[in-house]
Amino acid sequence: MVAAAAREIHDGELVFVGMRLPMIAFGVAKRTHAPGATGLFESGVIRDTPAPELLYTMGDPSNLLNATYCGDMLSVMSLLQQGRVNVGFLGAAEVDRFGNLNTTWGSRNGQQVRLPGSGGACDIASLSQRTVVLLEHNCQRLVSRVGHITSPGNGTGNGWRREQGLPLRSGPSAIITTMGVLRFGDDGEAYLASVHPGVTVEDVLSNTGWTLRVADDLATTPEPDPAELAAIREIDPQHFWTKL
Amino acid sequence: MNASVASKIVSMQRAIAEHVPSGSMVVLGAQLEQMIPFAAGHEIIRQGRRDLTLVGPISDILFDQMIGAGCVSRVMAAWIGNASAGMGYCFRRAVEKRIPRAIETVDHTNLTIALALHAGAMGVPFMPTYTTLGSDLLKRNGNLREFSSPVNEDRLVAVRALRPDVAIVHVQRADAAGNAHVWGSLGVAIDGARASRKVILVAEEIVAPEVIASDPNRTLIPGFLVAAVVHEPGGAHPAPVQGYYGRDHAFFHEYHDQTRELDGFERWIKHWVTDVSSRGAYLKRLGEGRSESLRVRNHAFSAPVDFGF
Repeated sequence: MVAAAAREIHDGELVFVGMRLPMIAFGVAKRTHAPGATGLFESGVIRDTPAPELLYTMGDPSNLLNATYCGDMLSVMSLLQQGRVNVGFLGAAEVDRFGNLNTTWGSRNGQQVRLPGSGGACDIASLSQRTVVLLEHNCQRLVSRVGHITSPGNGTGNGWRREQGLPLRSGPSAIITTMGVLRFGDDGEAYLASVHPGVTVEDVLSNTGWTLRVADDLATTPEPDPAELAAIREIDPQHFWTKL
Repeated sequence: MNASVASKIVSMQRAIAEHVPSGSMVVLGAQLEQMIPFAAGHEIIRQGRRDLTLVGPISDILFDQMIGAGCVSRVMAAWIGNASAGMGYCFRRAVEKRIPRAIETVDHTNLTIALALHAGAMGVPFMPTYTTLGSDLLKRNGNLREFSSPVNEDRLVAVRALRPDVAIVHVQRADAAGNAHVWGSLGVAIDGARASRKVILVAEEIVAPEVIASDPNRTLIPGFLVAAVVHEPGGAHPAPVQGYYGRDHAFFHEYHDQTRELDGFERWIKHWVTDVSSRGAYLKRLGEGRSESLRVRNHAFSAPVDFGF
C-alpha cells in the first residue's frame, strides 16, 4: 500500500504530504524513484530531502532539520491554491464511489461518531492537481455515498467540480487501499484498476460498499521491489505506521 | 536600548488571571504540532475558566483536555484529536454525549482558519478562497459564505475574519518587552498573534533585547502587541520546541489509552493538571529522566547572518 502510494509521486513533482502513511510514502519515493520530488507540509515546512528519522507528526523536529524552507501555513497553502502542487495525499474514514471523503462524522454500530475533522484535507482535495487517498479496504470505509463531504472528490459525477467552482485542473486521481488501487473514469466514478498480490477481485467487490466497476485491463499491483522494501524498513523499522 | 520599556514578565498564574477571563476567544496551538502552550492551557483549567471559544488549526490534545475539563463552549478548528494516536475522546464525549457539557463545533479547514486569522490581522472583514467549494463544511459553517467574484466569473468562498481576544504563543526566546524569536513551524502564529487583541508569550528563555535585535527577521511580532511574557521552560511538553526538546510521543499515546473512558480522563487531569500547582511541579512529576531523554541530542546551529552595513 505504501509502495503503491509512493509510485503516485513522479520525480520532480511538488507533493503535499498529509499526516501518517503519506509521510512514509513521500520518504519511500524520495529514496527510490523520485529523488527530485519536493514535499510541502501544511505546518509551513518545505523539504527536498526525506526526514532523517520516522515522523510521528509533520511537526517533529527531525522534519525541520535541514528543511528547504520553514514559513507559515499560508506560504505553503498559497502554492496549493495557485495550482502548483502536483499531488496531495490524504487518509480518510470514508470514501465513496465518486471519491468524496468524510473525516467529520462516522458511524459505528449505528451510532454517529464525531471524527477529528478536515485538518488540511479539504484544502488538498479542493486544490491539488491530483489527490490520492489511502485507506483500509472494507464496506465501512468504502461506501456508496459518504454521509458528510469533508473533502470534495467528484461529487455526484463528471462536471460536478466545475459546477461547484472548484479549480479545473484539480480532482481525485487514485484510491489506494489495503486490497488494490482504484482510479476514476471519465464519468467521475471510481473503478478497480489493480489488485494487490494475493487479493482476488471477489475479495475486493465483497468488501466495497457499492457495485464497483472493474477495469477491462485489470492489473496486479507490482510487489514492492527490494529498494522500496528497504526504504520502508529504514523509515519505519518498528512498524509504527506500516503494520503490514 | 530604550530603558523605559517596562518589563512584561509575569507568572503564568498572573498572565492567565489578568488576560484570559471566562468567555474569551483564545488562539492556542497556532504552530500545529510544535510549541503547543500546554502549560498555559493547564493553568486555564486550574483557574476554572468557562465558556471559552478555542481557535486553532489542530492543537493536538490540548483542546481535548480543555474540553474535557469543562472550560469550553465552542471550538473553531480544522482538526480536533490526537495527532499521532487518533481520536480525542473528550471531544467525542462532549459532542456526542454533552459530557461534561455541550459544545458547539465550528468546522474549519487549515486554510480557512489561516485565512480567518489573516483577515483579522489585515483588518478586513473576509478573505477569498476556492477551498471548501462543494463540501459540507461550507454548508454548515456560517463563517464561510459563497460569493461571485467582482472582477471575473469565479465563484469563491468568503472566510469571515476572526478577532480573538487573546493569542497564547509558545516561543523559544523573548525579551522582557515581548519581542520574541521563533523558529521551526510557524503555522498560523504570526496572523494569530496579529489578529488578536492581546498576546501572551510563553518563552523557554528570556534574553537581552540585543539578542532579539541581532536577528529581526526571526521576530514573531513587534513587542508592543504583547500584553504579557511568561518565562516557562518546558512549558510546551509533550509538544516539541525546536532546539530545546523533542516530542514526547509516548505521552500522547498514554493520554490516548488512559482517557478512553470518562473516569480515566478524570484521573489523568487530576494527576497532571489539577493536583499540580505549576509547570515546575508538573515537570517534577514527569521526572528528570524523562525530560532528559527528550533534550536535544545533536545540536544543529544555523550559520550566522550579517546585519552590518
